[in-house]
Amino acid sequence: MGRFIARRLLQAIPVFFGATFIVFTMVYAIPGDPIRALNGERPISESAQRALRERYNLDDPLVIQYAKYIGGLAQGDLGETFRGQPVSDILKQKFPVTARLALGAFIFEAILGLMAGILAGLRRGSFMDNLVLVSTTVVVAIPVFVLGFLAQLVLGVELGWFPIAGLQQGWISYVLPSMVLGSLSLVYIARLTRTSLVENLRSDYVRTAEAKGLPRRRVVGRHALRNSLIPVVTFLGVDLGTLMAGAIITEGIFNIPGIGREVFLAIQGQEFAVVVGIVTAGILIFIAMNMIVDILYAVLDPRIRLA
Amino acid sequence: MRRERRRAPAWLALVLSLALVAAACGGDDEEPEATGPGETGPEPTGETAPAVSGGEFSMNICEPESLIPQINAETCGSQVLKGLFTPLIQFTPEDEVIFAVAESIESDDQVNWTVTLREGWTFHDGTPVTAQSFVDAWNWGAYGPNGAGNNYFFGPFGVNIVGYDALNPAEGDPETEEMSGLQVVDDRTFTVELGAPFSEFPITVGYNAFYPLPESFFEDSDAFNESPIGNGPYMMDGSWEHDVGINVVRYEDYLGTPGNADAIEFRIYGDLNTPYRDTQAGNLDISDVPPEQIEAARSEFGDHFVESASSSFSYIGLPLYEEAFQNADLRKALSMAIDRQEIIDAIFFGTLTPADDMASPVVQGYREGACESCVFDPEQAQQLFDAAGGYDGTLEIWFNNDGGHEEWIEAVANQWTQNLGIEEVQFESMPFARYLGRLDQGIDDDPDTPGVTGPFRLGWVMDYPSMQNYLENLHGTNAGSNYTTYSNSQVDDLLAEGKAATTLEEAVSLYQQADDLILQDLPIIPLWFGLNQSVTSERVTNVMIDKFSFVDVAAVQVVG
Repeated sequence: MGRFIARRLLQAIPVFFGATFIVFTMVYAIPGDPIRALNGERPISESAQRALRERYNLDDPLVIQYAKYIGGLAQGDLGETFRGQPVSDILKQKFPVTARLALGAFIFEAILGLMAGILAGLRRGSFMDNLVLVSTTVVVAIPVFVLGFLAQLVLGVELGWFPIAGLQQGWISYVLPSMVLGSLSLVYIARLTRTSLVENLRSDYVRTAEAKGLPRRRVVGRHALRNSLIPVVTFLGVDLGTLMAGAIITEGIFNIPGIGREVFLAIQGQEFAVVVGIVTAGILIFIAMNMIVDILYAVLDPRIRLA
Repeated sequence: MRRERRRAPAWLALVLSLALVAAACGGDDEEPEATGPGETGPEPTGETAPAVSGGEFSMNICEPESLIPQINAETCGSQVLKGLFTPLIQFTPEDEVIFAVAESIESDDQVNWTVTLREGWTFHDGTPVTAQSFVDAWNWGAYGPNGAGNNYFFGPFGVNIVGYDALNPAEGDPETEEMSGLQVVDDRTFTVELGAPFSEFPITVGYNAFYPLPESFFEDSDAFNESPIGNGPYMMDGSWEHDVGINVVRYEDYLGTPGNADAIEFRIYGDLNTPYRDTQAGNLDISDVPPEQIEAARSEFGDHFVESASSSFSYIGLPLYEEAFQNADLRKALSMAIDRQEIIDAIFFGTLTPADDMASPVVQGYREGACESCVFDPEQAQQLFDAAGGYDGTLEIWFNNDGGHEEWIEAVANQWTQNLGIEEVQFESMPFARYLGRLDQGIDDDPDTPGVTGPFRLGWVMDYPSMQNYLENLHGTNAGSNYTTYSNSQVDDLLAEGKAATTLEEAVSLYQQADDLILQDLPIIPLWFGLNQSVTSERVTNVMIDKFSFVDVAAVQVVG
């Protein structure tokens, strides 16, 4: 186990350098001059432009710029935006917000998705099964932004149950966006659980267990469900990583100052340091999530050994 | 998209908006009787209409780029700075200049100006507002290496203070940090020497580039950016929470007209739809209105829908460095072939006014119908077009694709095809940053970097209420935003004469002569002037939007 983790961490190093360099190059390749665009249609004087270019090393070739960035990173300096805000501050402010949102969505999709999937899977062809099938189809067919607007209008403006934007009202502000953000994954989890469970319930070992006269609770809970959850856990793990990497659309609709919105604006403004910083943090989270999923595998399925 | 929106509005609270606000006040039953429509007196210190004070309200802004006044060049941060700072002069809703921190701004020759400050003004940290506070702030803004966004305001295309060049050398670092044209006489007096006569100097200094800065700014400008210390009616309550909000409370030692509300929350939104829905749900007090919601908002909000004219001006520029566009008749033909009202009704839901001059109706000197070539007349357009020899080849139309311009550009192209028979049209679109780069390349003389090859769209929002601000920046030879490369020495001379004129009437008449010449040459096709719309909750009244599109936050009254 220890060796597994160590190897995974070692693998993260080239991934880290590769990813940061690729992202850096891509932002560099965006045509246009970020400094020129700072003032919009108003002119920005030559001398001011020159000063800013110099401050942010924009006149250096790509490789030098990247080297300077990595050099700063080694000293714990994540760089700053063209307006002088340290990137580390941005990460400190935005990541907790996105993390809470992701966690809310994760809990919502995991609980509801698993419940729906299990109920549907246990009684295949029943009313419940069909209800889950129809409702998940509807949700998957609606684009997220439509779902977001609908939720805002119905649950926020009309019924007034939830705040519809911002985070002014504490944890309750996260409810609506978490539900919208988690809705799509909820569908996948419900479907995945159902299919997997249906399949396993028909498998030999379940039939054997039933033949041995084990109580149904034990057959389903200990044998069928545990095996059925392997693909679901994989999905959940990867999904949490995806959620943490930010939800541009959901954060936009609900005006949530998270990572997704930040990275969107940073790409538009060609803010190298911000984009690379956020993406790097996202990559690290992704690597960590994948590692946790792999470890969980071993817990769920004794046949899998980590070595 | 985001920059566009930030830049967009700048308005004049015209009679219309006052009438609407007055109606709003009259129609609201919950409101105490004493409250009148409210107005800003000629003197900032003079109390006028009985004000309802107390309470707090919220309004939407977008994430400011900076809260340092000399850096900030967009409307979101400026809105907050308006509450935190009071400049030398301010404007009444009727366009009159009133002295705020300045007691007087005087000159005999329009070149050497003496600014005298009122006594007793203080920054929020208790330190006095002195002549040095202004001079230091202006020098900091003009100092090239500081990279301030408003740097150009101090230079030749702004007010042109003597010594600006020394702070912005073409190469290397400047050897001095101070403009020789600024001299502190005593605590309450400083002098400004300009490079050329400029009679409208006093009205330009209301812009945030000219705000004073306290001493603490120069010790730690980063800390200042997070929690600015100003001299305005409101002071920071806590620091700037990025992407979340900025809270301010009333500054009790303020010498001007105090703010009515006790506290204001500037809530930061990433788009236009969410704050509007938040206002519908009663969670936000003042919000902009997304264009597609304007008709619905008008009926839904009734008295709490506020509309007024904006200084924004949209146009299509023509690259005069391309041979094809050097014929004025062709340019006029293109202009007369556009049915502005139809596009406004169909695409902008009637929220704009067709442009009929080179300057917005919000500035003095604007003349209704001055632009004869802005009238839709397909027949004459066709005649002019034929007389000019038509247009050969593909007409390439340039615009930035991150500002919601696709639809109307397409409509304009369709009208050109329909009314002039231009068959081959091609769209060249790109993000704003790259777009500006292309436009810049058109200005430089380098043949290796081609500019744009056809009509291009752009807009202008005024920096200070003068016709000169529209005419010189867009049409002056080598001016910063003259992307057509239009150059007419008569126009330059008239503008310079206007700037040197001793009376406003004289200046305006000279600007109008320049305007006439520009209209004859028509280097740009004026399209439309902006209108701006806001909605408010039942809790607030007296929401007035000044000529620069800013809500007069100090005047807002909380009644619910």
